[in-house]
Order: sequence, then structure tokens, then C-alpha cells
Amino acid sequence: MPNAAPTNAFAATALIAEDEPLLAAALQAELARLWPGLQIVAVVGDGLSAASQALALRPQLLFLDIRMPGASGLEAAQALAEDWPEGVPFPLLVFVTAYDQYALAAFDAQAVDYLVKPVDTPRLAACVARLQQRLADRAPATGTLAPPAGPGGTGGALAADPLMQQTLDQLRALLGGAALAAAPAPAARLAVIQAGVGNLVHLVPVAEVLYFEAADKYLRVVTAEREHLIRLSLRDLLPQLDAQQFWQVHRSLVVRATAITTALRDESGKVYLQLRGRPERLTASRLYAHLFKGI
Amino acid sequence: MPSVTTSTAPANPAQADDTSVWRGFLRRGLRNQVVCVVIALVFWLMTTGGRGNLFTGWIYSAAIGTCCWFFIDGGRLLISARLPAGQRPAGARRAGWPGPGWMLVCIVVGTALGYSLGSAIGDHFTGFVTPSLLSNRPAIAISLVTAIAATWYFYATERLRQEQAAAEAARRDAAESQLRLLQSQLEPHMLFNTLANLRVLITLDPPRAQAMLDRIINYLRATLGASRTDQHPLAVEFARLDDYLALMSLRMGPRLQVQLDLPDALRGLPVPPLLLQPLVENSIRHGLEPKVAGGRIEVRARQQGDRLLLSVRDTGVGLDRPVAGAEPADTATSRYGTGHVAERLATLYGSRAQFSLRPAADDEGGTLAEVSLPMPANASASEPASTSASTPPPACPPTDHA
Repeated sequence: MPNAAPTNAFAATALIAEDEPLLAAALQAELARLWPGLQIVAVVGDGLSAASQALALRPQLLFLDIRMPGASGLEAAQALAEDWPEGVPFPLLVFVTAYDQYALAAFDAQAVDYLVKPVDTPRLAACVARLQQRLADRAPATGTLAPPAGPGGTGGALAADPLMQQTLDQLRALLGGAALAAAPAPAARLAVIQAGVGNLVHLVPVAEVLYFEAADKYLRVVTAEREHLIRLSLRDLLPQLDAQQFWQVHRSLVVRATAITTALRDESGKVYLQLRGRPERLTASRLYAHLFKGI
Repeated sequence: MPSVTTSTAPANPAQADDTSVWRGFLRRGLRNQVVCVVIALVFWLMTTGGRGNLFTGWIYSAAIGTCCWFFIDGGRLLISARLPAGQRPAGARRAGWPGPGWMLVCIVVGTALGYSLGSAIGDHFTGFVTPSLLSNRPAIAISLVTAIAATWYFYATERLRQEQAAAEAARRDAAESQLRLLQSQLEPHMLFNTLANLRVLITLDPPRAQAMLDRIINYLRATLGASRTDQHPLAVEFARLDDYLALMSLRMGPRLQVQLDLPDALRGLPVPPLLLQPLVENSIRHGLEPKVAGGRIEVRARQQGDRLLLSVRDTGVGLDRPVAGAEPADTATSRYGTGHVAERLATLYGSRAQFSLRPAADDEGGTLAEVSLPMPANASASEPASTSASTPPPACPPTDHA
């Protein structure tokens, strides 16, 4: 039974992520005019704060500028999708971009909500109406009934929520496309990694690496015997790796597929990986859990 | 009746394409036939006064002419195909041209062979006996002279044709690359974000909106290359940078601090237009925009002895973006796309100008780009009436955009 069209008094919370202060203020003012019931819980200017504030404040809506310092709007959305807690509905995302032919085509293809800067009032009003309707439709869905466990035994409200799955699929497609667009012409396959410590340089064959983990500005290169640190971002490393051999399982983790012995699913949708030759357990996020499905 | 004939030996430097080489070969062969007919006619008229046998004359002309052409043209194509690359004259287009030395050999040998074979063929058809070439000096002389003359003529016309084609292609390339440069300079992202900010200012602060609009207009004029001067005063260069940085200040707010430092004495010095613009854009785009806290950009001009030093310094994220296996040396310039600036300096000043891009030396971090030019002669002390609408910044000391 569809809900009646919500009025502008409809209460909701939102977070705005926009690095240009005038534009952030303007969006906030316009939204206040069009949707008085909307409460802006935070206005941030970079992608890292967007993710951390959204996790802390748990708004129902996110307006994410695509180009921001620190992390882009897409990367912030990825971080949220991976770290979002169980039991709380995932926010509705609206991406905002000034001009990006690639992004607009991708957004259209994925049926993702977006706004083009400068944002004019009719378009913002239409967006507001769509968001209100979606929130209203979703309202009875969160809640009392635990959804039935799926055939793979995945329980967990968030994992089985079809809206969440749709969002995850959309994000995966956008991130994959963005990586392709950003990567330069295929770099040569990396065969040896040079990890320097003072005057000594370790030459680590990529064939021996079990996984790469991003840690601040560095990258941990982990083999069976030891680990090394190199100054490189995962984004710069990925195009140089063979995607068949090395799987990205988290925004900060890339694992050699043949090094994984078992993958254990958890109710929250996360997957725990056991490795050959290393005691620690790695966690694959829900964004990449689809890689590990039983046959 | 044997007639002295000539050989036409067109020696068109052929195109590199193989099929077109053979097509050219056949084309010349056909033209050769036409010339043979003409030569037969001329000899018929000149030697027999129109009373001799034109047909016989033509047979000899055609036979000898065709054989000579075949040997000379074919010979040169074969020789030039087999020449090792080092011996072939420069210019890949001139495939088929074996060089003047070998060409002469082709002409002499080809004429001799062609005359002998052609005469034999003619004799076969007419029943006459032609004296051999070696005993017929006039025949040798005329044949050789004609062959050389024809070769020269065809060579010259072909070369002219090729050079015209090359000039046309170069003009086309230049137009295309200029178009591409303009398209890349306009940067829609910058444009739309700036317009979005302007839109907000219109109701928020109308006078400031108008000032911003003026700057946008100046920026667009400069970017779209409306002024075609080779040089403009350093003051105008700084005015253009001021426009751009004012727009970026509006967009980045407190994240951008700007310092422009142009001493009075240097204001009139002529410099190439938009020399520093790419460096400033790089500082913002690669250095300050990605930095969450933002930072400062300083553009300075100063004189050091007989050199003019222009520097752009930012306190942004810096150049340090190493790649796992690759050399760090070449990533700096390639990532920043400053190769274009270095090229431009080399074109305009040769080795007298230097350009460097390196991490800033002090502990604030960031990047320093420096251009060192020979001190230009001071064009004029006065301000230019100039092509741009805005006036250069009125004072010399650092202008700060808060």
C-alpha cells in the first residue's frame, strides 16, 4: 500500500559534503526553503570527514560533491557502504557534480540520483520530491519483521535489504567504472616491488606477496615471511596488478586469490578470509562479499 | 628505317606505398608511350619532311622508348628497394629515389640496354638492321641527353608536388592542435563551478558578483587566446594571474591564500603571454585543491643580475607521488604536465632560459616552480593601453586575497 505523497513538513536528516563554501551555504539555504522539515546535521568540506561524520551522525540523506579534497564523493560512499553498521538503514545518496561527462553517463546508467552544478530550483525541487517519496516508501520496511534468511544463510537486516543491495550494486558499478576512467593506459605488470629502509632496498617479487593493505599514506606489502612498507597508494598500485590474481576485497585491501584458504560469511554480510601461511584473518567488506559465493 | 629515338625516363620519387609505386610505374609507362609517339612525329617531320614512313618511325620510337623506360624506371625502383637504409637519401617519402649517383648509373645502363633491345625489336618488326649503339655516337648522345633531361623534369615536378602536400598537412596539423589546446584550456569543470559560485553571489552580494563577473570575462578572453601578441608586459601577466586566483579564492574560500609580488621596476618588462598561467593552475589543481586544509600560493618576480626570475610556490601536497617499480625522476614532470612550459621556453629562448620544478625547500612543504629568463630590454615604462579590459593591479606589494 503506497504512502501518500509527503508534504514539506516531512521530517528527515541530511548531511552535505561540498568543499566550496559558497555552494555549500547556498545548497543549505535552498533546501531550507524547499524542505523546511529537513534538518542538516552537518556540512563538511572533504571526503574523509564526509565518511566519518556520516557514520557518527547517521543521517538519512547524503548530498555528496564528487570532487573533494581528501577523498572523492564516490570514495566516501564506498567507505560508508563498507563500514555502515547493522540495523540502521543506509542513507539515500545524491551525487553533485559541476561537469563530468563520464560521471553523468554512469549515474544515468545506474539510475543513481544526481544534481548538476549550478543547481537550479526546479531541479532541486524535483530531487526533493523524489527523496521524500523514497523515504516515505521505505518507512514501514525498516523494522519489526526480521527478513527470512536467504539460501546461503546470510541473515542480517542490512544484508538482505533489497534497497541496500541495489545501492551496493550501483556503487560497485560506479567505482569500477571510475577506476577504469582514472587509470592511465595499462601500465606494465609489476613484477618486483622495491621497498627501501634507509640504505637497504628489499626486492620483493610480486609472486610472493600475499596481500596489500593500505595504512595511512603507506602500503603494507605482506609475504609469508614478513611485511614491508612502501609509499604508494592502492589506487596507483591496482592498475599494475593482474586483476585475475589479485582481488580487491575492501577499499584498503587487495589479496592474492590463491593465498585464501577459506572464506567465512557472517550475519552482517562481511566475509572473513583465512590465508595460507599467515595467522591473521582478513575481512572482506560487504561491497566485495559477492566474490565469495558458494557454488 | 631506324630512327634515333630517345628514351623518356621519368623518375618520379614515388610514394612509400607499394601499390601506388606500381601504379605510378604504369602511369609513367603510359605517358612514355605518348612521348614516343610525339618523338616519332617530330623525327618524321624533321628528317624526312613528312615523306618518310611515320609508322616505322613510330615502331622504333615506341620499342626503344619503352625498353629504355622499362630498364631505367624499373632499375631505379629495384635499386632503391634494395639499398640499405643508410645509403638511401633522407626523406622517407622519397622511396624509389636511389640518389643521384645510382640514378645516373640507371640512366646510362638503362639507355644502353633499352636502345639495344628496342632496336632489335624494331628490326624484328621492320626487317631493317640498326647499327649498334656503340657505333652510333649521335644516337648515344641524344638518348642520354634526353633521358637526363626527362629525369630532371619529372624529379623536379614530383618534388614540388610533395612539398606542397607536406606544407598542407603541416598547416592542417597546426590548426588541429590549436583547437585541441583551446578545448583543453577551457576546462568545463572550472567554468561551471565558477558560474555556480557567481550565481550564489548575485543575490548574496551583488557588487561582489559584478566584480567576479568582470574577472570571469577577463579570464575567458585570455584563455580563448583573443589577443595575438607575442609578448605583453609582466604587469599584464600578473593581472591575468590575479583574475584566475581571485576566482579560485572565491571558490576555495579560506583554503586559499594568495600572494603576488611584482616590483615596480619590473612591471613593464615584456614576457610571452600566459607563460606562468599553466604553473599557477598546476599549483592549485595538483597542490592545493587536494589538500584538505588548503594552503598558500606565492607568485614572485625578481631580478637577479642580468636574469629575470619568475617563481610560483605553493604549500600544497607536493610532488611526492612515487610509483612502485618506476623511476621517480620522470614522474614529476609528466604528472604535472609542465612539459609544455619547458618546450615553450626552449622554443622562445633556446638554452638561455631555464625551468625547474622541485619540492619547496622550507618546512612548509609544497612545490616550487621557477622560470629563469634573460633580462628583456625594458619595452616601456608606461602601462599599456592594452587589449584586455581590466587594469593591472595598481600597487606593487603583495596583494592578498583573504
